[in-house]
Amino acid sequence: MADTAAEQRVRAHPAIRLSGISKSFGAVRANRDIDLTVRKSSIHGIVGENGAGKSTLMSILYGFYQADSGTIEVDGKQVSIPHSQAAIDLGIGMVHQHFMLVHNFTVLENIMLGAEGAALLSGGMARARAELKRIEKDYQLEVDPDALTEDLPVGLQQRVEILKALYRGADILILDEPTGVLTPTEADHLFRILQRLREEGKTVILITHKLREIMAVTDTVSVMRQGQIVDTEPTAQTSVEAIAEKMVGRRVLLRVDKKPPRPGPVKLSVRDLTVVDSRKVPMVKNVSLDVRAGEIVGIAGVAGNGQSHLIETIAGIRRPTQGTVEMNGKTLDYDRLDPASLREEGMAHVPEDRHRMGLVLAFEENENAILGYHNSAAFGNGPFLSISAMREHARERIEQYDIRPPDCRLKTANFSGGNQQKIVLAREMERDPDVLLIGQPTRGVDVGAIEFIHRRIVEMRDAGKAILLVSVELDEIRALSDRILVMFDGKIVGERGAEATEGELGLLMAGVTDAESDRPAAPDLSMIDTTPGQAPAETQIPGERP
Amino acid sequence: MNNTLPPWANYVLLPAINLLVAFIVSGLVVVAVGENPFKAAWLMIDGAFGSGRGIGFTLFYATNFIFTGLSVAVAIHCGLFNIGSEGQALVGGLGVALACLWLGAYIPWWMVLPVAIVMGASFGAAWGFLPGYLQAVRGSHVVITTIMFNFIAAALMNWLLVDWLRPVGQMGPETAVFAEGGWLPKLTGLMNFLGADVRSTPLNLSFFVALICCFLVWVLIWRTRFGYGIRTMGLSPSAAKYAGIRPARTVIIAMMISGGLAGLMALNPVMGDLHRLTLDIVQGAGFVGIAVALMGRNHPVGIVLAALLFGMLYQGGAEMAFDMPTITRDMIVVIQGLVILFAGALENMFRPQLSRFFLAMHRRGVAPEAEGAA
Repeated sequence: MADTAAEQRVRAHPAIRLSGISKSFGAVRANRDIDLTVRKSSIHGIVGENGAGKSTLMSILYGFYQADSGTIEVDGKQVSIPHSQAAIDLGIGMVHQHFMLVHNFTVLENIMLGAEGAALLSGGMARARAELKRIEKDYQLEVDPDALTEDLPVGLQQRVEILKALYRGADILILDEPTGVLTPTEADHLFRILQRLREEGKTVILITHKLREIMAVTDTVSVMRQGQIVDTEPTAQTSVEAIAEKMVGRRVLLRVDKKPPRPGPVKLSVRDLTVVDSRKVPMVKNVSLDVRAGEIVGIAGVAGNGQSHLIETIAGIRRPTQGTVEMNGKTLDYDRLDPASLREEGMAHVPEDRHRMGLVLAFEENENAILGYHNSAAFGNGPFLSISAMREHARERIEQYDIRPPDCRLKTANFSGGNQQKIVLAREMERDPDVLLIGQPTRGVDVGAIEFIHRRIVEMRDAGKAILLVSVELDEIRALSDRILVMFDGKIVGERGAEATEGELGLLMAGVTDAESDRPAAPDLSMIDTTPGQAPAETQIPGERP
Repeated sequence: MNNTLPPWANYVLLPAINLLVAFIVSGLVVVAVGENPFKAAWLMIDGAFGSGRGIGFTLFYATNFIFTGLSVAVAIHCGLFNIGSEGQALVGGLGVALACLWLGAYIPWWMVLPVAIVMGASFGAAWGFLPGYLQAVRGSHVVITTIMFNFIAAALMNWLLVDWLRPVGQMGPETAVFAEGGWLPKLTGLMNFLGADVRSTPLNLSFFVALICCFLVWVLIWRTRFGYGIRTMGLSPSAAKYAGIRPARTVIIAMMISGGLAGLMALNPVMGDLHRLTLDIVQGAGFVGIAVALMGRNHPVGIVLAALLFGMLYQGGAEMAFDMPTITRDMIVVIQGLVILFAGALENMFRPQLSRFFLAMHRRGVAPEAEGAA
């Protein structure tokens, strides 16, 4: 915690004071009359479900959007922030969820980008290098300035983003879901960096939906729900349960109630599957796995370790380089089968990215409800589609899955994330598949819908379906799976039962396999409280290729 | 932002505002050359719709634009920007002309017409197939290849007309005039029956072929499984792949349909008006088709309306240039260009303001109710 002198200075002027901020998009009121005060030299967490308005609020602060009403004070002075350059001039820096880095630039070039100083680079380059050295020393944020950005592991790329903001003179750093792409260990490093920044007098705003991170690292926490701030409290005086309840507005069942599995015969069998991506880099390496009828097999792993390629290959969207997949005892011939014919064979696929794959956002709901099944005899005669059959079908699903608003002619983009996901799930589950591939079933889905979706998945299992589940949310994997496989660098590095602890899985996710692990203890969140020092060597970064 | 406008505002009000602005700016241009803009506007409207003859010409031009507008729209629904309707229509003209030259002397027009339709469409489709294939299989961008294919089509037709199809003893690069069986009937009788004297206009039966094509395109895009695939492909290629819609096949067939529709355009000038094949049958209609499709929101009804507008600009503009010596043919091109600019390129210019207006209306009406529900 900051010392008393700093405390007093802090009380004089908060780093940021928002008063009465409101912002609407069309009929949606993303932010409603928000008051928020962020103390100087503090780490302020903002939590809320997806769609609660966190990102909108931060975008207003960073000049992407203009508030419809309300005032912004930075350092005690009322300001207007019409564009992000104004925010940068005010000392506000942002680290985006998806890094804004040029892959084939060096670290130094990326940091200079947009602040080159003059038409010729040489002078600015030297100055930037000197300045970067100073910043790195002050905050112990070592990165090789001449390394190519694309060669850096994700954790270091994020560090470059932070350096970029500091280089532009940021005193207030906004981090938007910074740990989404990190391993637990990398996340710990990040938290240590944040604490170091706070000690140096910087203010940090941390946006996240992971409650444990809030508890671990923030000084103050604000909870957002439906565009409003419902609570702001010192973190020490609240609890995970209390925050969760405020986020959702009611008590949440974070556990999934399920009976023990009754596995039947093997429905899906993958043997020695290897998949290369478009750059010929192997993404899945010799993976073998079995899924039985009536069981959920979860694949845990940090995003980008081959899970997506694995599931898309099984679904027929990518071509395997090597290896076989059997369904119902029949080997699938991927030269002949495409995703449509695989559906006829009894395979359903809930894709990881519903916006890119699972839905056509510009379609009406009833049109998306038949995507992939549009050649089915149920939806028309011969080459023609029957609009009435499509709408009738959509209305049934809307009722079964409680999709809101219950309007099958509404454009899909106008549904919330949770309801969009229900459209996909309804489509894939209700065609009575034998094998169900599910990727990130609750990404960007509000907590209320998560419960519903988890219950449906377990019901499908109990109905004897073989389910292969991929999720980057470890909690979800642990709650749903009967068996857990951990993927790292394209390989399955371990198998655990449903009772596996988070620590065990976390180690496996970081690539520490059973054979080489001599540390029983998992990276524990309590580690963060130790004094900030040099982070341990980052040798086990996912995504790093030998 | 798109979602805040009610459909009627999106499809009617917004284009109307864009058009109005285009005409206001055009009026300023007319003022700049020292003419009275209201008189000019009157001459244009009167020239296009004031007489049976004017209407006949307006509809004749509109027929071309309906075909090319549909051609561009089908490609856009598949996410392809077909700039090649011009060349596809020209090559389609070859198919129509060959059918008429071969069969015109032996069988009546109503037997020649189906053959001409099939040949015109398939020649145009073949000219659309090549860029479609190159896009789907080789990844060559269809915008680039279709532009190049326009030039290839022009050169090809030049060679064919000069060296092969030109009758002995004729100077111009044209085919011989078709025998009577290669002539589509004019709509003179029908129009006269409706009370308009259109004796000397080229308006012919292909106008109805164009309207039938509008209906067929609507069925294809919104009522068939293949059209569903085309739209999925156009809106989200990754979702199409996920759904098992074969991207290469869909792209190639969509380009062939697009080329086929452009090829059918040739029916109008070749079989309906000139009764022979010349080098300038298309006269830029392929490019106007892009503006027509944009303005018509890629919907057949919108395309018919936009085609009528551009038909009016062509015909009324010609009349205006005739009656106002200071307004030259080039000035008409300027006005058409302004319409394309405001209705096409700047079509979203007034959308934010309009959205805000509707939102304010919406709030006033519905907000208390929604508040209660939340």
